[in-house]
Amino acid sequence: MDKIEKDLLLQIADLHKIPEGAFNIRENGKPLKSNSTAEIEIVPKKDKSGIDIYVKPNVKNKSVHIPVIITTGGIKDLVYNDFYIGENSEVTIVAGCGIHNATNLNSEHNGIHSFHLGKNCVVTYIEKHLGVGNGMGEKVLNPVTNIVMEKNSTFTMETTQLGGVSSSVRTTKAKLFDNAKLVIKEKILTTKNQTAKTKFDVNLIGKGGSVDVISRSVAKDNSYQNFYSAVKGKAECFGHVACDGILVGNARIDSTPKIVCENVEATLVHEAAIGKIAGEQLTKLMTLGLNEEEAENLIIKGFLK
Amino acid sequence: MLELKNISYYAGNKTILDNISLNFDYGKIVAITGHNGSGKSTLVKIIMGIINQTQGNILLDGKNIDKLKINERSKLGIGFTFQQPIKFKGLTVSDLISTIAKTDNPVKCGCDYLSKVGLCAKDYLLRELDSNLSGGELKRIELAINLAENKKVNIFDEPEAGIDIWSFDGLTNIFKDLKKKNCITIIVTHQQKILEIADEIVVLNNSKLVAAGPKNKVLPTLKNEFCEKLGGEAMYG
Repeated sequence: MDKIEKDLLLQIADLHKIPEGAFNIRENGKPLKSNSTAEIEIVPKKDKSGIDIYVKPNVKNKSVHIPVIITTGGIKDLVYNDFYIGENSEVTIVAGCGIHNATNLNSEHNGIHSFHLGKNCVVTYIEKHLGVGNGMGEKVLNPVTNIVMEKNSTFTMETTQLGGVSSSVRTTKAKLFDNAKLVIKEKILTTKNQTAKTKFDVNLIGKGGSVDVISRSVAKDNSYQNFYSAVKGKAECFGHVACDGILVGNARIDSTPKIVCENVEATLVHEAAIGKIAGEQLTKLMTLGLNEEEAENLIIKGFLK
Repeated sequence: MLELKNISYYAGNKTILDNISLNFDYGKIVAITGHNGSGKSTLVKIIMGIINQTQGNILLDGKNIDKLKINERSKLGIGFTFQQPIKFKGLTVSDLISTIAKTDNPVKCGCDYLSKVGLCAKDYLLRELDSNLSGGELKRIELAINLAENKKVNIFDEPEAGIDIWSFDGLTNIFKDLKKKNCITIIVTHQQKILEIADEIVVLNNSKLVAAGPKNKVLPTLKNEFCEKLGGEAMYG
């Protein structure tokens, strides 16, 4: 691997080398390297591009890395990855896509990930997106995450757009059955003229289901972000969506909450706060010796940490 | 020495501070008291540079600091503890201590200062400074961060706010330690217990300086002359 490939893998998947255990690395629209284990099987799809990942029941404390890297312009990648997590398993899945585009041609990755969680399983899904390279070509990422959660399953999704992505549309749909627990932590940074749209659509179908969506975004310069979330409660359930945004420069953020209670025992809450960095926060950090720019950077770094 | 010379501050047509001159010496605890709206907080915010005075000058060790920004005054050694601690989503106690403390070991440093304010460091170092902490916890952390700065001038704006009565000894010990370190300690306060450990007391009333001097001289006067005016028993009871 060359330096660009290594840097991308390090930043999106914390990989310093080819990982041990189950993994699948995709580069420039093609499979690069893949490995299955006795407990986690990765099978290439036959009808379209992508893979099926099968985690056997009762697998504990294992991880799967499936990073995607694009190292040039003119690539338009569409990939379908389906995860089947066996009952009682506990796994961490590290995905993400990094685009290094130093050309004047656009590059785009559309990753459609579908998760089928068996009963009682616990999944942590870490997804990072990054765009780098000084070319005029755009770096476009449109991740789709579909999650079906059987009884008592838990899915924690940490999704981060680190910067440099020209435009993104992030779509997450989830269906939760009895006592399933979904936690989504989203962090997005946009600068220059970038745009980022996020759409959450969560259906709490089973009794005792819960969802907690925490979205933190920073929009700088002339960038634009759009946040839309719809949470439907169809049984006794709990849903909480918090969208916090910081604006810097001429940036804009739209936030649209939608909560639909279809059961008298459903409790759904949405909170949103968007604005510039509070003056009192800057003042406080300046009393600690930071100048205004350093204070602003520390606040944003903490906010997106 | 920190010197305030003829400080006045006007907000529109309203006089908030009227020609205040004071000297603060190293190794002394100075309590500034007075009823609500008398200008106490404005005065200490002017020292920190959070508010700029309309007239007058501020000198630290003989150097005029009028034109210095907040962070520049901080670097000269002035620290400020806010009456209402500021919340930050995402930033932890450890983040702030790492930012300010001149140490290779911010965790140990954080432990030292958090324990001085009665908090168990391992429970708090990685906590975010947001609404998940109670007002009292935030206040103690605010105090710990101030201590970690090791400033030569330490300003406390109503440090007792949010501190329960059982923690008062810990709070007054902090001020006594700063005195031992030969710091200038300036405390805006309504609390008799804090007034009693001060070396000097400054009294503001209606934007004016009405008394300033050694505790032994000012405190009895306060109790007799100003007690009713300044809030009576509720304030000094």
